Amino acid sequence: MKAESIRMGVDIGGTFTDVVLEKGGEQFSIKVLTTYAAPENAIIDGMHQVCAKAGVDPSAIEQIIHGTTLATNALIERRGAKTALITTEGFRDVIEMRTESRFEQYDLNLNLPEPLLPRQMRFTVPGRVNAKGEILVGLDRADVEAVVDRIAEAGFESVAVGLIHSYLNPAHEELVREVLAEKLPDVSVSISSEVSPQMREYERFNTVVANAYIKPLMASYLGRLEERLRREGVTCRIFLMHSGGGIISIQNAADFPVRLVESGPAGGAVFAANIAARYGLDKVLSFDMGGTTAKICLIKNQTPKTSRVFEVARTYRFKKGSGMPISIPVIDMVEIGAGGGSLAHVDGMRQIRVGPESAGSEPGPACYGRGGTRPGVTDADLVLGKLDADNFAGGSIALHPDQSEKALSAHVGDILDMEAVEAAFGVAEVVDENMANAARVHAVENGEDLSEYTMIAFGGAAPLHAGRLCEKLGVERLLVPPGAGVGSAIGFLRAPFSFEANRSVYMKLSDFDADKIKSLLTDLKAEATGFVRTCDEVSPILSEFKVYMRYTGQGWEIPIDLTEEQAMNPDATTFEARFEEDYTKLFGRPVAGMNIEITVWSVNATTPPEDVARIETTDGSAPVVLNATRQLFDAASGKYLDAHVIDRSLMETGQRAHGPAAVTEAETTIIVPASRDAIRQPDGCIDVVTKGAAK
Amino acid sequence: MSQDHSKVAYQVMWNRLISVVEEQAQALVRTAFSTSVREAGDLSAGVYDTHGNMLAQAVTGTPGHVNAMADAVAHFIRRIGRQNMFEGDVYITNDPWEGTGHLHDITMVTPSFHNGTLVGFFACTAHIVDIGGRGFGADAQSVYEEGLYIPIMKFADRGEVDETLVRIIRGNVREPDQLIGDIYALATCNEIGHRRLIGMMEEFDLDHLDGIAEFILENSRRATIEAIAALPQTSATGEMTMDGFDVPITLKVKVSVEGDRIVTDFTGTSGLDKKGINCPLVYTKAYACYALKVAIAPEIPNNAASLAPFEITAPENSIVNALHPAPVALRHIVGHFVPDAVYDAFDKIVPGLVPAEGAGCLCNFQVSLRPRSDAPAPADARRSEVLTFNSGGSGARPEHDGMNATAFPSGVMTMPIEATEHAGPVIIWRKELRSDSGGAGKTRGGLGQYMEVGAQEGHEFDIQAMFDRSQHPARGRRGGQNGAPTTIAQDDGTAMRVKGKQFVPHGRKVVMAFPGGAGYGNPSERPSELVKRDLARGYISEETARTDYGLSAEDIASVQKAVARGDQI
Repeated sequence: MKAESIRMGVDIGGTFTDVVLEKGGEQFSIKVLTTYAAPENAIIDGMHQVCAKAGVDPSAIEQIIHGTTLATNALIERRGAKTALITTEGFRDVIEMRTESRFEQYDLNLNLPEPLLPRQMRFTVPGRVNAKGEILVGLDRADVEAVVDRIAEAGFESVAVGLIHSYLNPAHEELVREVLAEKLPDVSVSISSEVSPQMREYERFNTVVANAYIKPLMASYLGRLEERLRREGVTCRIFLMHSGGGIISIQNAADFPVRLVESGPAGGAVFAANIAARYGLDKVLSFDMGGTTAKICLIKNQTPKTSRVFEVARTYRFKKGSGMPISIPVIDMVEIGAGGGSLAHVDGMRQIRVGPESAGSEPGPACYGRGGTRPGVTDADLVLGKLDADNFAGGSIALHPDQSEKALSAHVGDILDMEAVEAAFGVAEVVDENMANAARVHAVENGEDLSEYTMIAFGGAAPLHAGRLCEKLGVERLLVPPGAGVGSAIGFLRAPFSFEANRSVYMKLSDFDADKIKSLLTDLKAEATGFVRTCDEVSPILSEFKVYMRYTGQGWEIPIDLTEEQAMNPDATTFEARFEEDYTKLFGRPVAGMNIEITVWSVNATTPPEDVARIETTDGSAPVVLNATRQLFDAASGKYLDAHVIDRSLMETGQRAHGPAAVTEAETTIIVPASRDAIRQPDGCIDVVTKGAAK
Repeated sequence: MSQDHSKVAYQVMWNRLISVVEEQAQALVRTAFSTSVREAGDLSAGVYDTHGNMLAQAVTGTPGHVNAMADAVAHFIRRIGRQNMFEGDVYITNDPWEGTGHLHDITMVTPSFHNGTLVGFFACTAHIVDIGGRGFGADAQSVYEEGLYIPIMKFADRGEVDETLVRIIRGNVREPDQLIGDIYALATCNEIGHRRLIGMMEEFDLDHLDGIAEFILENSRRATIEAIAALPQTSATGEMTMDGFDVPITLKVKVSVEGDRIVTDFTGTSGLDKKGINCPLVYTKAYACYALKVAIAPEIPNNAASLAPFEITAPENSIVNALHPAPVALRHIVGHFVPDAVYDAFDKIVPGLVPAEGAGCLCNFQVSLRPRSDAPAPADARRSEVLTFNSGGSGARPEHDGMNATAFPSGVMTMPIEATEHAGPVIIWRKELRSDSGGAGKTRGGLGQYMEVGAQEGHEFDIQAMFDRSQHPARGRRGGQNGAPTTIAQDDGTAMRVKGKQFVPHGRKVVMAFPGGAGYGNPSERPSELVKRDLARGYISEETARTDYGLSAEDIASVQKAVARGDQI
């Protein structure tokens, strides 16, 4: 991008729509309330406000990048189109039968989530492809027409097509699409071999159904948005952030709206990756904590870790397995029900539990004084001195510590024979421990040791808890960037154009077929590159090659990155060596004598990441100007200490504050534990480092 | 840390131990080779104090290992001897009676040392694909035919793996690389748990686990006893009958709530079967205990203290307390019916809490494919073993319908059919819900499922059937109707049995219908919107809507019209 270009990032979240306008090196941001009925209204409103702040006309904007939770919300709230599924005879109930297991074994009254489409909206056609991609039973056009006639009669607006083994041979799915296009030209069609050409029917069918379900809604929204922006004078192209951390065109987004799910959190991860690049950090843990949930993501070599499948719309305490699987390229993060509003209680074992139930904004935690009587994490934070009662949210909400103490005593302290303070300590420790455990498990699953990581924290509640989390995880350094409240929207402006193409093709290393691999990867590269070219006609496009491998007999593949050279001149010995190297890293030792197989092939085409200027960090030898002191509870030593209070806006580059300290700003407060110091870096980041640690 | 805050510290440590064992289990899922572990979650992982008391157990895994593995570590301590335990040791067994019920489960235990002192143990269990002998099935007459027996012994002594043992194992099983791979996976997962435990002990400056152990066990004991004390202090009897192998098996049970404990006694239950469906007491205990715990104290984590108040007794050499050398390979079939028997009694103690009977045991089958023998086979025809896990319907609950095609009480998952078809030259022609199989009731039983399986061109196969409920469908509760029974036949009508290995010639398919769960309460009390919904979805037929639920002809017609219009119902 040119140094003086004007670009706008827009993130529609559940509560707020964040708009960030960047003009050269300057940023202007605004938060406006999301307007559910017509989400584009909030965007227009926000755009005019940031344009006014920046003194530019909408017509001067050169690029708009948009991310949204609308797709996710439509799935969660079941507000999609009237949708039918056409699937293979004998497999009508795949999306309903799921894994045939209970995601919670200790609940006799467990109810499994309803599939997106009830059974009467699922139709079958004959025809069968086998595991080699060969046609076992042909599909007769007349049989398809009969089903399409019923779909026409029922007046479906959108149709998903998911047939067994179609990822190997899409011929039958394409025939169904052809008949649909002929007979029902106005009906929106999604086929699984295009939306998610991966093995495992439950995930693939569910993904194509989700895509079909939200396609009319998203296409109409994106169309309206573009039209409104044009009417307001916008002339530039509009792009969408996808869940994999890159940008696609508005047309691709309308065709594959399921790829927009989780685009907001993906922007947050890109935001953190950009800061990682600025500091030259290769191992970063991003930590985003808001009112209801916390999200944790590993960022290696300034690239967020990605995955091929994730779960949306979890219905049961964020529990794994209680949502619906979507198999698309996605930034891999763990999300747990831990936020500032998460409520605490004591269970039958006299254990303090926190979340996932949240107080929300109405009535909010007890300290808001709006009638909430149950203690939330924010109440604990207030009692422990992490928040200033008179200066919360820039002084716009007065907090009531007495209400917090009352709630903590009533729901925790009295039961466990603890004072309100100890109860607050307990609540804060439990929520921090929950997040630390989630981070530890995520790290172990990826073969990573967190003690080598730096944490980057953003989101309203994160700076209050990040310091303690670092202590628990043995993380030595924490960065809290400025603008963390609109991190996702800033992240959109840092994302490359990218598209990842995946395909399941099963191959054992003992049957290694170099020509077939080369042609497969070449096809995937062309497909992925084609998508990127529609967004950017000039930039060079990089291809990242990945294969998923495992020992024959295992069910868990691990992703292996290949260089372009390794991918385009494939040989079995290299593949084996790369697999054993990564396997050993994850699980300690390779297993001798086992055959190895490849299950999924993937190419991510991307424009080069923007050049990020490394900043010259300061070691913070200048003392900070202290505003005041207050009592702050230090979790590591288990007692109150006198803590410095510093206004972030007054902290100058190179200044160092010694913990315990509270660095305050309008939106949140950075808590610096007694074991740490805080340094202001030249880019405005607050760098929280272990006392005495070498950097 | 001052005494004042130790309460908070213990809260954090208990949380941490539960996370540690969860991580231990996840490591196993990712590295194991057996489909039963990696796809189906047939595994368990836990941490113990130096006395062998289980302090925490992973929730990942199946209830079959709950109590069984809890007892195992004490056996290891007794057999190995504490004086012979050293850093770097790893112990192993597949003893059905001191492990988890059959030779196909390998249990491994690793002592955890901190600063040279023994501070606890990690244990884990996994169901492995093959242990030699006759293979996985009910055909053996005694445990000696069921495969290689590994008594409790050292797999590694001070870090040195016993290569003699490894050679013996390799020489006795069909898939030696896979099994050795699984054994290493088990050892690795204990090691991961150990490392995390030591990290926690360093963080909290602990020399031993006595304090946290007491905190966990005391709070769990108290919570469990409170839950039991809140029940009516009385006893009741119950029973259920299943097909068995050749003769029906009746499980009889008496459940007695006695102040601070619940005693479940199986006196009167059928004796041993000749075939390998007998169940060692450890496995019976696991499911009896699970059934009660999930009903009255589901939120209390599994540990020595929360399990202790559930006492399970059974006469020796009844089918639920099979002694050595009874054949026990398919002990899960009887084990999975234990909750239905226990609930028949418990429903008389606390009405309105437990579900009606369900499909009970998993509907598993294994196919052994080979090139056809009746005519020349194509050159690429091959031998292959394919095991699948499937579920019928669960029983209706007092306030909720049963779950369709969902495992209960087992905790395992099915495999994608696209993955199964890659595992061997098998074709799954059908896997979908079975209409009208859920017993009618105020709440309806969960639907069973249809499956049809055949081989690719040029192959024939044996199918090892492990089904039940063909003669004894799930029984309704409080006026609810029975679920549909299991059926199995070849596609040309050739009859087949629900258990045992049976030959299927080239070109034939096996057509199976797995059982539905039973209904709860009188069907006439079912709200008509739900009957209409079920009809629209095809969970029930027009016939059932009319006869079992009394839906009028007009209502039926209007539902059918709405379906044709694509309306939501």
